[in-house]
Amino acid sequence: MPVLEINNLSKTFGGLKAVNNFNLTLDEGEVVGLIGPNGAGKTTVFNLITGLYKPTGGTINFCGEDITGLQPFKISQRGIARTFQNIRLFKGITVLDNVRAVFHPRIKYNFLDALLRTPRYNVEEERVTLEAMELLGALNLAHRAYEKAANLAYGDQRRLEIARALATYPKLLLLDEPAAGMNPAEVKRMVELIRYIKQRFKLTVLLIEHQMGMVMNLCERIVVMDFGQIIATGTPLEIRNNPVVLEAYLGKGATVA
Amino acid sequence: MKLSRKTLILFAGAALFFALVKAMQFSGMITPYWQLVLDQALVIVIGALGLSIIYGFTGQFSLGHAAFYGLGAYTAGALDKVYGNGNMLFFFLSLLAGAAVAGLVALLIGLPILRLRSDYLGIATLGFGIIVRVGMENGNKLFPVLGGATGMSGTPQVANFDLIFILTLIVILLVRNFIFSTYGRACTSIREDEIAADVMGIDTTRYKVMAFVLGCALAGLAGGIYAHRYPFLHPASFDFLKSFDFLLIVVLGGLGSMTGTIVTAVGWVFLLEVLRVVLGQNFIDWRGVIYAVILIVSIIVRPQGIFSGREWRLLAPDHLKMATGKEQTHAGSGN
Repeated sequence: MPVLEINNLSKTFGGLKAVNNFNLTLDEGEVVGLIGPNGAGKTTVFNLITGLYKPTGGTINFCGEDITGLQPFKISQRGIARTFQNIRLFKGITVLDNVRAVFHPRIKYNFLDALLRTPRYNVEEERVTLEAMELLGALNLAHRAYEKAANLAYGDQRRLEIARALATYPKLLLLDEPAAGMNPAEVKRMVELIRYIKQRFKLTVLLIEHQMGMVMNLCERIVVMDFGQIIATGTPLEIRNNPVVLEAYLGKGATVA
Repeated sequence: MKLSRKTLILFAGAALFFALVKAMQFSGMITPYWQLVLDQALVIVIGALGLSIIYGFTGQFSLGHAAFYGLGAYTAGALDKVYGNGNMLFFFLSLLAGAAVAGLVALLIGLPILRLRSDYLGIATLGFGIIVRVGMENGNKLFPVLGGATGMSGTPQVANFDLIFILTLIVILLVRNFIFSTYGRACTSIREDEIAADVMGIDTTRYKVMAFVLGCALAGLAGGIYAHRYPFLHPASFDFLKSFDFLLIVVLGGLGSMTGTIVTAVGWVFLLEVLRVVLGQNFIDWRGVIYAVILIVSIIVRPQGIFSGREWRLLAPDHLKMATGKEQTHAGSGN
């Protein structure tokens, strides 16, 4: 059974077809790249999958269940997590609390336990804190746990966003340009990090990225979008030599340099 | 239930403060007038903590907080006036009723208006505050006991410093427990980034409403206590300017800081009274000018508020000390 199955997904904003007849199937454990020129509709696809936008047409199935049109928090609780192109951390609170906050749906004490600080509250808080610290450790952020998220360096903020996404225990992770604005050495480390978390947390990954080196390196399969539609799919090698893709990126008459 | 070391120290500190005030009462250092001011400060602490939950921690801008304070005051006051006769049990029941009515009304108006964001939410709550004020001014047409525009008196004055102090202490502890729990973290994440919170699995509508209801219920509780300490309730005590007072306290103290709210609430009430004494009857109107100037200066000097999201160590939870030591390394960490 595929992890994610998108059929004929469409989204229009007024007269603009931001996403048009989009089809995609992700199998368990796959890493698939979603590329395309700016404005092609890649982030819109992410917003549709995570429920931030309601689709105009089409269906989204996650692990065999229809999640089309569900509210974002419900989709998250079923196991889809994402990061954002322009980092959206909880900037004013600590790194640790960024992670602990999203443990919320899986906390096993109720409101009264919290108000009265019952033993159940103490046990659960300790468990959550330990788990959050472990996650931060895995992303090499444990030493910044009590720092405000806003004070982290750019690369650390990107990693924290991934840590926070992992804290929801997702099956499917959507990464929106995780390497944007990074230098080649940092990109290389990000590639290694994604491989590591994919394996350790048994994830299926859908990745939007402009750094071609990264996409070619990580993904087994690549989907290319332009003007809201899929214009090509294939292995990195096939995509690299596809004239339609080159045309979308570079304009008519472009050839492989 | 085992109390933490910090909670015990808090209790000890509170007991010390209580003993100090008692000693000053007996030695006559606190006149009845200043006792009234102190009680008022504690009542305002309770109400302001409510707004602190709503605005400081959950980020939902409200300009109608005094309306809920008033709802609590009139509900508790009227109930006790009609049925109470100074009975202690009835006093507590009427307080609960005041908080419940404020919370229930908050639930009813919160569900539709909490979809709005900041500025619009401010306007909607401001409008609600005006409705409540008009309701209080004309309430006597339905229930003569409310007194309408001429105000209401006759509530048994059974609240004293001892009771108010204990209630305030309980409220501070409960608010602390709420803030430093997963529920508080859910609220804070909404303040920080509502969209991210939603996408990360937090039911934002639910927690916005929860924070609003809790905060308004605290305002109602504060109002109920007020009604039992001040013999005369008047709609003008619960209008837009009062809402503004609560807002000032929360913002000046620093958004996202209980400590800031508590300290500023007490400081603010005393400042207004000290100014009254310092200025004397002839210059009392200058009070508005002076406090506005204090406000402008402090917001320029410290826009993030006096405590800017920090907490007094005794209120904040202990950091868990383990787990920081050994970091697991992985392929992407070093080299």
